[in-house]
Amino acid sequence: MAIKEYQTVTDVAGPLVFVDRVEAIGYNELVEVILPNGERRKGQVLDTAKGRAVVQIFGSTTGVDTQHTRVRFLGETMRISVSDEMLGRVFNGLGEPRDNGPTIIADEKIDIIGSSINPTARRKPEDFIQTGISTIDVMNTLVRGQKLPIFSGAGMPHNDVAVQIARQAKVLKGTDKFAVVFAAIGITHEEAAFFMRDFEMTGALERAVLFLNLADDPSVERLITPRMALTTAEYLAYEKDMHILVILTDMTNYCESLREIAGAREEVPGRRGYPGYMYTDLASIYERAGIVKGKKGSITQLSILSMPGGDITHPIPDLTGYITEGQIVLNNDLHRKGIFPPIDVLPSLSRLMNLGIGGEKTREDHRGVADQLYAAYATGRDLRSLSAVVGEEALTENDRKYLKFADAFENRFVRQGKHENREIHQSLDLGWELLSGLPETELKRIKKDYIAKYGKRFRKE
Amino acid sequence: MGVIKRIIGPVVTAEKMQGARMFDVVKVGEEGLIGEVIKLSGEEAILQVYEDTSGLQPGKKVENTALPLSVELGPGLLTSIYDGIQRPLEIIRAQHGTFIARGAKTDALDRKKKWEFKATAKAGDVVEGGNILGEVQETELIQHRVMVPPDVHGKIASISSGKFSLEETIAVIEDQGKKTRVSLLQKWPVRKPRPYKARLMPDTPLATGMRIIDTFFPVSKGGTACIPGPFGSGKTVCQQSLAKWSDAQIVVYVGCGERGNEMTEVLTEFPELQDPRSKKPLMQRTILIANTSNMPVAAREASIYTGITIAEYYRDMGYDVALMADSTSRWAEAMREISGRLEEMPGEEGYPPYLARRLAEFYERAGRVECLGGKQKNGSVTIIGAVSPPGGDISEPVSQNTLRVTKVFWALDAKLAQRRHFPAINWLKSYSLYLDLLEPTYLNTLSAEWVDLRTNAMAMLQKESELQQIVQLVGTDALPEKEQAILDAARMLREDFLQQSAYDEIDAYVSLQKQYLMLKTIMKFHEKAVHALELGAQLKSIVEMPVRAQIARMKEIREEDADKKVNAILSEIENAFGKLARSVGPL
Repeated sequence: MAIKEYQTVTDVAGPLVFVDRVEAIGYNELVEVILPNGERRKGQVLDTAKGRAVVQIFGSTTGVDTQHTRVRFLGETMRISVSDEMLGRVFNGLGEPRDNGPTIIADEKIDIIGSSINPTARRKPEDFIQTGISTIDVMNTLVRGQKLPIFSGAGMPHNDVAVQIARQAKVLKGTDKFAVVFAAIGITHEEAAFFMRDFEMTGALERAVLFLNLADDPSVERLITPRMALTTAEYLAYEKDMHILVILTDMTNYCESLREIAGAREEVPGRRGYPGYMYTDLASIYERAGIVKGKKGSITQLSILSMPGGDITHPIPDLTGYITEGQIVLNNDLHRKGIFPPIDVLPSLSRLMNLGIGGEKTREDHRGVADQLYAAYATGRDLRSLSAVVGEEALTENDRKYLKFADAFENRFVRQGKHENREIHQSLDLGWELLSGLPETELKRIKKDYIAKYGKRFRKE
Repeated sequence: MGVIKRIIGPVVTAEKMQGARMFDVVKVGEEGLIGEVIKLSGEEAILQVYEDTSGLQPGKKVENTALPLSVELGPGLLTSIYDGIQRPLEIIRAQHGTFIARGAKTDALDRKKKWEFKATAKAGDVVEGGNILGEVQETELIQHRVMVPPDVHGKIASISSGKFSLEETIAVIEDQGKKTRVSLLQKWPVRKPRPYKARLMPDTPLATGMRIIDTFFPVSKGGTACIPGPFGSGKTVCQQSLAKWSDAQIVVYVGCGERGNEMTEVLTEFPELQDPRSKKPLMQRTILIANTSNMPVAAREASIYTGITIAEYYRDMGYDVALMADSTSRWAEAMREISGRLEEMPGEEGYPPYLARRLAEFYERAGRVECLGGKQKNGSVTIIGAVSPPGGDISEPVSQNTLRVTKVFWALDAKLAQRRHFPAINWLKSYSLYLDLLEPTYLNTLSAEWVDLRTNAMAMLQKESELQQIVQLVGTDALPEKEQAILDAARMLREDFLQQSAYDEIDAYVSLQKQYLMLKTIMKFHEKAVHALELGAQLKSIVEMPVRAQIARMKEIREEDADKKVNAILSEIENAFGKLARSVGPL
């Protein structure tokens, strides 16, 4: 398509530039805005009509005027140049090098919007990923091709959890090419430095592609950054047969940008001012995970979002939870008790867990142990609040056992070191050891045979 | 031929659209993206486009097909997986690869495949819409009954058996000199309900194999049910269990704006799973409509209609059809999104003011009916809709408007899900308005004591929640033993009866007969316990009875052994309490 240039800007509002007397401009087309001082900024067409187009500028509109500013419509939608030389490199939120290295010589230029995967082309995700964290491995198992977010809040160590997963994640059988694609969306320099340092220390940086849009970078760019990262991930996974772990942090900043643009366009707002199409928009990011037939690679997504005010019903975590395949929820009470990782298993969930566990994949008793730990811990937690009111003496003997179990569960099962990497068998056995504090008749969730086979040796009868 | 004037997301304005009618299907741009007319103003038409509009330009052409959005009906529907506007995803994948390409054009049904048609009507017969002309064995499980289209009647001029492809003529019907050719392929506009002769009372239960549903909150064949719940409460697992095990003859599963991997799960599991009654793969009675959350939003709006129209078509053959819609909230949100782009005046929470009407229209397409066409032929469509209320708060418009038109409410509860009590249906909040209507069926097929058993069990659960409030204040030990016994029995009900694993080979599907036996056993135990306490026994000795372990393991008993083994447990209970009574001694 031809490049068209106009000098007919009529209005500028927030990040939006309105251009008049244009012809045949494509929806979502890429735009270059040339300021009177020669500076160039990128943008995208948001609304196109005969004779008029609305362009959203990535970056600020400082210096844009209505007389001398030139707007060039590039005749193509937003693309990224990809190649396997991207590994080990750092880019900005628009996919331009940020590390003073050479520009990427493209193998291919790919549209970043991406088409949706045909549901019939998907393969069932079923490869167990061992993260070495008991609460995830045993109770909220991660499998290859899954999208599992971490719901966190201000002041909680979600970044530590994320790097620990990135560091320890492995598949039990086979040695495949593995890489990390990391997208920082509006996080601070300090946080970004933390990730970089850890990647460097563990040598993960060589097999990582980093896209950094930091807190002081243009907020509109944040809408592009995750798509850049995912397009790169798709290329590496489906063309270069690599298993990719995509880390997106922090999705809350993404949604804030979405709201900002919607506001600037004077759209009818949905819940709490977020646009009505936020679900669809988030889905176009989260759904870009999975394994497809006929390709060796896979994309597993680990996104981090901070729940505003710790409220899980806030639109951002709420819509996310409806799209992703579960969630890992961090809990401030556990964090305050000094327990790391402060994963609250009760509201956490992995929807694909059943596909990744059992006999050949982990161990046959896995499902039962997980369910039993859940049920017992939930009972213990309930009793904890009850005993605060009526006192421990008013509880039955059985109830007191549950109370003890809940404490032991938090202190021994949930708590582990930042560099402690537990094998799945170790974690399961730890579960059995804790369950041995309960009478055998209470273990209704586990098959009898498994109790005899795996649980007996931990019981002191 | 119209011309594009403006594009914002899935909404396109076209000018020079003389003669366009509401809901006409249009082809937009060079690639011929499929869209639908949703608003007219003079010679301008506003279109919703079912595909991504990136790169589309003003000035390009818009072609009006002058036909409403329709589905293709005929043999080959079963075992297929379609997108929201009935494009076959398997074939699109074969043509375009892993990602869905824009402007893909494929017939919904294979035109080349030959089907063996066996005529059951004969030349000279006088027929009307809905009469059966003959049969095609569509899958091993289902006979596809080829019907006279609803608007056709007359005398059969000719009809022949043999191998036909979809568009070949199998019969000619003549009415006052006007000849109508009938083939295996028919079309029907999705937004128009298919006609029937009369509505019938939905008085047969849809057996689902899920204890909490069949026993406490049953749904009728031809009924409507809704499952609202926050994320992670098990909506999809419930919907899938119902799709797998309910005794509907045909299942239409609409994945509307949901996860891609979940559809894959259905796609890989259903061909492997056996229908518990016919022992044939479940896929043979299933049609999937998959419009995942990242597929175009307008097609999501259409997917519900595509699904229900296909369901009605099989209903008209005289089958019991169940339609699972997961999730209707995404459908409503698609409406909201389109409405927002049209800059319509928003109603509650930004939803369009016509949300309630659309929901009611959709659920009203369920029902048990006497089908068109001579002989008594009854069919039903049951709709089970999942609702995803934001934050799990059902005071929002989609849940509330759904509750007004559905008869069964299965309230999913995040608290239950968190402790892995599945299905996480809250027994105190849920209801079924079919209980009275279905009572005679249950009494006749199960046992005369069924209704009492169920009522007593529900009363016990209600009592438990009252007692729990006292326990929160004073602790369990402060309650009299008789009330502690109620707490104990209610716990057995919850853990040993209501809880059911969708993933366990035996427990996933439980017949009504076994449900009855299980419930009877637990209630019997409680009855005996109350009696023993009156005789002066200690609660402790009742709680520690070894037979309780057997009660807890009733779930593991196979269907075929259920009668024998559960009855053995029942007599074991008699023995244990007999022994207890003797040790306590006569008063």
